[in-house]
Amino acid sequence: MSYLEPLKKDLSHRFKIEAYHFLHAFGEDIIVAPKEDIVPLLQFLRDNKYFDFLMDVCGVDYPNRQPRFDVVYHLFNSKNGRRLRIKVGVAEGDSLDSVMSVWRGADWFEREAYDMFGIVFRGHPNLRRILTHHQFVGHPLRKDYEADQQQHCTAALGIHFDNEPGSAGDVLDERFVPINIGPSHPAMHGTLRVMAELDGETIVRASCEIGYLHRCFEKMAETHPYNQVIPYTDRLNYCSAPMNNVGYCRTVERLLGLTIPPKAQAMRVILCELSRIIDHIVAVGTGGVDLGALTAFFHLFTYREKVYTLFEKLCGARLTVAMTRVGGMAQDAPDGWLDEVLSFCKEMRGEVDEISRLLLDNKIFIQRTRGVLPVKAADAIQWGYTGPLLRACGVGLDLRKTTPYYGYDQLDFDVPVGTHGDIYDRYLVRIEEMRQSIRIIEQVCKSVPSGDFTSRDRGVVLPSKKDVYGNIEGLMNHFMLVIKGLRPPPGEVYDATEAANGELGFYLISDGSANPYRLKVRPPCFAIYQSFPTVVKGGFIADAIATVASMNVIAGELDR
Amino acid sequence: MLATVRVHYNSSIYDKQNEEIMAPASDSSHGGLTGTQKADDLSRSFAMTTRLDTIVAWGRKNSLWPLPYGTACCGIELMSVMGPRYDLARFGAEVVRFSPRQSDLLLVAGTITEKMAPVLVRIYRQLLEPKFVISMGACASSGGFYRAYHVLQGCDKVIPVDVYVPGCPPTPEAVLDGVMLLQKMIADLKPRPWRDNWKAPQNVGGGADTGGEGLAI
Repeated sequence: MSYLEPLKKDLSHRFKIEAYHFLHAFGEDIIVAPKEDIVPLLQFLRDNKYFDFLMDVCGVDYPNRQPRFDVVYHLFNSKNGRRLRIKVGVAEGDSLDSVMSVWRGADWFEREAYDMFGIVFRGHPNLRRILTHHQFVGHPLRKDYEADQQQHCTAALGIHFDNEPGSAGDVLDERFVPINIGPSHPAMHGTLRVMAELDGETIVRASCEIGYLHRCFEKMAETHPYNQVIPYTDRLNYCSAPMNNVGYCRTVERLLGLTIPPKAQAMRVILCELSRIIDHIVAVGTGGVDLGALTAFFHLFTYREKVYTLFEKLCGARLTVAMTRVGGMAQDAPDGWLDEVLSFCKEMRGEVDEISRLLLDNKIFIQRTRGVLPVKAADAIQWGYTGPLLRACGVGLDLRKTTPYYGYDQLDFDVPVGTHGDIYDRYLVRIEEMRQSIRIIEQVCKSVPSGDFTSRDRGVVLPSKKDVYGNIEGLMNHFMLVIKGLRPPPGEVYDATEAANGELGFYLISDGSANPYRLKVRPPCFAIYQSFPTVVKGGFIADAIATVASMNVIAGELDR
Repeated sequence: MLATVRVHYNSSIYDKQNEEIMAPASDSSHGGLTGTQKADDLSRSFAMTTRLDTIVAWGRKNSLWPLPYGTACCGIELMSVMGPRYDLARFGAEVVRFSPRQSDLLLVAGTITEKMAPVLVRIYRQLLEPKFVISMGACASSGGFYRAYHVLQGCDKVIPVDVYVPGCPPTPEAVLDGVMLLQKMIADLKPRPWRDNWKAPQNVGGGADTGGEGLAI
């Protein structure tokens, strides 16, 4: 149902809406606005409580169109789950105003649009490249940039601090000690890099450099058929790969107007919740390691291995499962698999209690985390926090409750919410979420519907091998689908699921061909991590390390 | 412990000396045995002979200290290798060091992007000799399925690699197999021309920006 009509009326008092286009397609509301209006329009929508979150800002390239680029803003209302997409056209070489004054969290998203498309945002305090290296020439997501045209980087960038509005940029202050952590540093989880200036142990200013794992996911998606993108989604948040599969397939299915069978839905829920548990295992386990508590890591990894074994039984892979297909699942669960999941849940329940005692009741852990570098709820919303970090601040937003999918509304589970937004609350929320996920899995496992594990739509899903080798219709169907590819209708959708780290959104544009025209991922930790320099300012350097760990930044989805 | 070493009894000087020293005592206590045999038996109980490079290699192979350069998904699987079930400690390589100054095995686990390449070269140059490199997974070995504008098509473009472990990501068993293969290479004193002929890529990893290699460690 469209909510555009009342909104249109309200907007007409303030803006010249003759120049606007109001569209409703695939169940989503879209406003096409002139670029001069973008800041007042977003300000109006935020101040009048239409929308409280700016989820994503991204660019789209249409080389044969004037103006060439679209800048797309995704808004979200956490109270009623409504979404709105605002699109503005920008010509090549032209610029538009930055919306950072309205939503602080637009910062990195705008930088990414600049890096990928060369769209200039006026008034952005630090419009530098973010994902590609500093010697990169050109803008890779433009359609005229070849996907495999590599440019070598010959030197690492020195310490720089121009992330902070109003600061003196790259000039180091000689009163303070500059420090560089990462990208190869155990506390930086592989590829993050943090630079800071210290006064004693206090951080005067900090800056993050990301992009060390920019693997060009979005460009790869544009050059691969729909089903072949699924293995790439595995490698976004590799700590909980099945969730990315589900998020992506759900987006394509919405574009196709396809509802998957109840059994496939149930299996996806089980996979998602198992992944949520193992994702939190990594977050809690490595978080403990960063604070010096190695025991929890070894304890928890035993149970992560058990989930790997379950995945392996289901599909043969441990980490990168690529278990879903557009239209359902790749195959059915083997006999007795659900019973094994149930017995795992029973074991895991005891383990969660033990870890809770080991970490949350631990005096040292409490002293290192409670009351440390808290984030207020209003700030978290400004930054675009979602998931456990937002809930730790006391905002009870969970897409499984706000906009339920796959029968989550039929399930009995609670959404844990923190109070202070400090590091301790983040772990408190994560550990409680593991308990809730166990509850969900147990409920679903006990009542998995019978029926098919995938849709049998001939234009979407390959026929079974029996048909391919057994009759001419099956053979032709298989041949046509492989040669022509799966072709959704032209159009665009944005779909979001509640991943372990927060809202994982996929913005998919189809031009009717066999490859996505554009696939933008809205990774939860991208929005969260951009707040890091502000959050740690004035804190101790050791607390900054604890903060990185508690944010659970996964480089795969951060840099894509 | 000594039983695991390949012991060489071919040092003629040692044998000859033993023979001379032990010969007088041979008649009464070890009836029936020749002097050489007795000396040999006795020496086995308290000493052994070997080539110096062999025993050094034996020590090296059983005390690899890895630097886990985990950048992506493979890094998560590497945690499993270190973790309770697969336990790399059984191969003498559990002392994980995050400083290149303290480690001798660079375990490149995950995609190396163009942005990361200079950092990887710098880390490699900071490792002390002798140093070994295992490239874990498809991305580190060849770029994998990322034939893309920002991905280095294999870390051997910038550093010499001793063992490639295939997989995306490789199973922990495969990584253990790679470590064992490297151990065998070390024990056999296998020549490593790729390492000897390696030249640092031009301008990569020199760290001109931060005033030389030494400053930014």
